[in-house]
Amino acid sequence: MKCRVCGDGAVIDLRRHNANFCADHFVRYCRQQVERTIDQFEMLSPGERPLLAVSGGKDSLAMWDLLVELGYDTDGLYVGLGIGDYSDQAGHYARRFASDRGLRLVEVDLRQRYDYDIPTAAATTGRVPCSACGLSKRHLFDRAAVDGNYDALVTGHNLDDEAAVLYGNTLRWQVDYLQRQRPVLPAGRGFPRKVKPLVRLTERETAAYCVLRGIDYLVDECPMAAGNKHVAYKEALNGLEVQSPGSKTEFYFGFLARMADRLEDEPTNDSSDTSDTGARRDGPTPCGRCGSPCDGEICSFCRLVDRTAGAEPVPVHVLSTRAKATR
Amino acid sequence: MKVILRNPNRELEFRGPMSVVKLLRQLELHRESVLVISAGTLVPGDAILADDQEVEIRPVISGGAVAVGTEVVG
Ligand code: SF4
Ligand SMILES: [Zn+2]
Ligand SMILES: [Zn+2]
Repeated sequence: MKCRVCGDGAVIDLRRHNANFCADHFVRYCRQQVERTIDQFEMLSPGERPLLAVSGGKDSLAMWDLLVELGYDTDGLYVGLGIGDYSDQAGHYARRFASDRGLRLVEVDLRQRYDYDIPTAAATTGRVPCSACGLSKRHLFDRAAVDGNYDALVTGHNLDDEAAVLYGNTLRWQVDYLQRQRPVLPAGRGFPRKVKPLVRLTERETAAYCVLRGIDYLVDECPMAAGNKHVAYKEALNGLEVQSPGSKTEFYFGFLARMADRLEDEPTNDSSDTSDTGARRDGPTPCGRCGSPCDGEICSFCRLVDRTAGAEPVPVHVLSTRAKATR
Repeated sequence: MKVILRNPNRELEFRGPMSVVKLLRQLELHRESVLVISAGTLVPGDAILADDQEVEIRPVISGGAVAVGTEVVG
């Protein structure tokens, strides 16, 4: 197997591009893909200061490295979720990445700052852990980006993530979610600009990037994720990808090029409170408690904190077992 | 050769030499879902693994997700 660019021994084959690369040229390929995505979707302009949501996993650390390499002065934000050992380790990887490279990592610990953690929030509210977690992270990320005057909030979603979400939303014809599935959402009405510059890279590629750049990341999975639908969708799509390389790219980028705009004006009959997901952005009012944009008087984050803060902490294993049983 | 698998962590022994493709087939793994790592770098799919080699098979699928229908943030 030879590198497509220089002819040296290749370390990775990308069947969807019908190409093999040596370590150096693979790293360059990743940079070019991210640069092209940022330009094409006008995610960031030179000199802008992004805030990156950092989890300690491969995608967010690869994203941080790539943004810095591309010249963006990027700070990281890590939210301590209180998910037992998993969170302890994740924080350790995030901190070490930042300190080794002299980068600034802002930390918010749910237990210290708001007196709850994700397992306890899930148990006291009856929400699925990922739902309580997503709600908390979205709120804190948005808030930190706005309060810190960052130009954009960056997340490390990759092609597999986006294709799997698209697949799930399409299976259920969730038109309102499909309308919002874009790699860039403009700032406005109290929300920061949100961008996903990794959407052109698969997760195999972001993991390979970390290995080749010597980035140590948390390989272990969050115990709350075991067996969820998102993983099942990814595996199904990877099955298709093996049969027909390029399927995931076609599915996601085909949607953006040929479907997303048509959905823009499509009416939805969704009347539920979607402030959790930020799905409805027309006319939010400031939350009476924290001032974040929301659809009611008190935002869903503050309501979550009200219900769970100070509750008897629930250990992770109770929840992870329950999560598996209910999926 | 020693094969280290993750999530959960475990070790298996295989008789080498063996190609990466064949090893993955025996483990019933999609090539798209894993990386093969040895001595700190990636091992390409057409490589032959030696009997005394130690390799890690690292899954690349992460499960971070919120309930279906909302944005993925994990
Ligand atoms: S898997 Fe779910 S609970 Fe775990 S970090 Fe991701 S969103 Fe949060
Ligand atoms: Zn090369
Ligand atoms: Zn609030």
